[in-house]
Amino acid sequence: MTGTRVDREQSSDLPIGELLRELTPQVLGLVVRRFRDFDAAEDAVQEASIVAVMQWPRDGVPDNPRAWLTQVAFRKMADRIRSESARRRRETEVVEEAARVAETSLDVAPGEDDTLVLLFMCCHPALTPSSAIALTLRAVGGLTTAEIASAFLVPEATMAQRISRAKQTIKASGIPFQMPNADERSVRLRSALHVLYLIFNEGYTASAGPHLRRADLSQEGIRLARLVLRLQPENTEVGGLLALMLLTDARRRARTGPNDELIPLAQQNRALWDRKQIAEGVALLSSALPKGSVGPYQLQAAIAAVHDEAGRPDDTDWPQILALYELLKRMSDNPMVALNHAIAAAMVHGPKEGLNLLDALKDDRRIAEHYRIDAVRAHLLEMAGDPREAAKYYRAAAGKTVNFPERNYLLMQAARLTD
Amino acid sequence: MKYILMMHGQKGSWDEYAKWSKEDLQRNVEFMQQFSKELHESGVFVDTKGLAWPQEAKIVRAGNNGEPVTDGVFPESKEFLAGYWVIDVESAEQAYKVAARLSAGPGADGKPGNMPIEVRQVLGSHHDLGL
Repeated sequence: MTGTRVDREQSSDLPIGELLRELTPQVLGLVVRRFRDFDAAEDAVQEASIVAVMQWPRDGVPDNPRAWLTQVAFRKMADRIRSESARRRRETEVVEEAARVAETSLDVAPGEDDTLVLLFMCCHPALTPSSAIALTLRAVGGLTTAEIASAFLVPEATMAQRISRAKQTIKASGIPFQMPNADERSVRLRSALHVLYLIFNEGYTASAGPHLRRADLSQEGIRLARLVLRLQPENTEVGGLLALMLLTDARRRARTGPNDELIPLAQQNRALWDRKQIAEGVALLSSALPKGSVGPYQLQAAIAAVHDEAGRPDDTDWPQILALYELLKRMSDNPMVALNHAIAAAMVHGPKEGLNLLDALKDDRRIAEHYRIDAVRAHLLEMAGDPREAAKYYRAAAGKTVNFPERNYLLMQAARLTD
Repeated sequence: MKYILMMHGQKGSWDEYAKWSKEDLQRNVEFMQQFSKELHESGVFVDTKGLAWPQEAKIVRAGNNGEPVTDGVFPESKEFLAGYWVIDVESAEQAYKVAARLSAGPGADGKPGNMPIEVRQVLGSHHDLGL
């Protein structure tokens, strides 16, 4: 750990925590590539980060923090292998190699591909979504296990166990640490984008307890999407996903009232929408759309952009939203899309059209029991001038949702119509 | 998705449990320890609490001035909560599986207890709004 130390302002403007999270996946990628043991590498990089957290604020950030971290992580790996093989009396050449590498690592080039390979590994389809999310946040996002546990409201030991099992699954499945071939790559990228989408979504919509959203996970989703876009600037769906996140998150401050109550789009104070973020989302989308094939994330982002660009609810360009949902519906057999399509159709052609489309979803077992079917039906019945039936469906929806603020909102709607 | 698994029993079940043989009690205690270990190791454990026996349970309501009023004796048929587990799993089916495993825990005379376990989703859990 020699080398010139400079003030950290000179080295980087980022606070140490952010700098470490930025560097973690790059360093981890390097270590995994070198030692081919994801599980041990992950621990070694975590240990190196802990050393950095202790030393950097005191001594200043080294002028090449990535090389510093890599070297410490390589040493930790060398120590690990040394103590293992001291017990087992073998693999001496590996130890020598590790020790040698540890002393000469400063010139190791950072492989941008490593971060992507790492992401693909963490989002491997062999993992359950919750395992993939946890592993991605830890290995690529650089969050601590405690931070991830608190974001998902589970004990730290449980999250540690989940991450450790995910690593075992990867180990057992023998997934090599290398860039998949071109065909495989697009499949893996899709599953990685889905994991990022889930992280964002968890922060934005789900959340637990009385609070409607957990900002940190949305921000983390956005940060990771930015990272992937840097690595895959030509992939238009990556840009689409990031745009979708920005355009949705832009409404954050308007989305809830002072007591965490839910405020629907039509009643939001649009002055609270984040114009800068909307502009960034629109710009991203505008540069992605003409480039190549238009995928579902871009279409979702386009829909979000149409909403964001309306100064008042009445200015919303519903025919365009309907057209976008029609495209989206053709592209993916997703009942949520069909549901949103029904709303758009109602806004363009009247509530009867929307209700007819809802009836078509009755037999779709993936969504038939979902609270949103009832909530949308209630809304459309209200539009159609049938407050009694509408109240009935608002209450039915309230009985099915598992989200606190949403339940309160739906009960309030029913009460408003019957008072 | 978080689910709570609640084990209920009638007041009389506690008295019966108190009369179990040493072997039955031991089997049951070991099972509960093993069950808890499995929840931890599979990375789904969130919380658990066992409750004191219901002999001293009271229903409290506010009286006219807001002071606590406890009512009288419960009927024998009343169900009491014995304890609960909160787990974080991928699906309702997975929660039901864990509940069934709990229900299959050993009861008296070496037979399966077959206790009814109430499974409810905890509010605030995840659901996907979009794609």
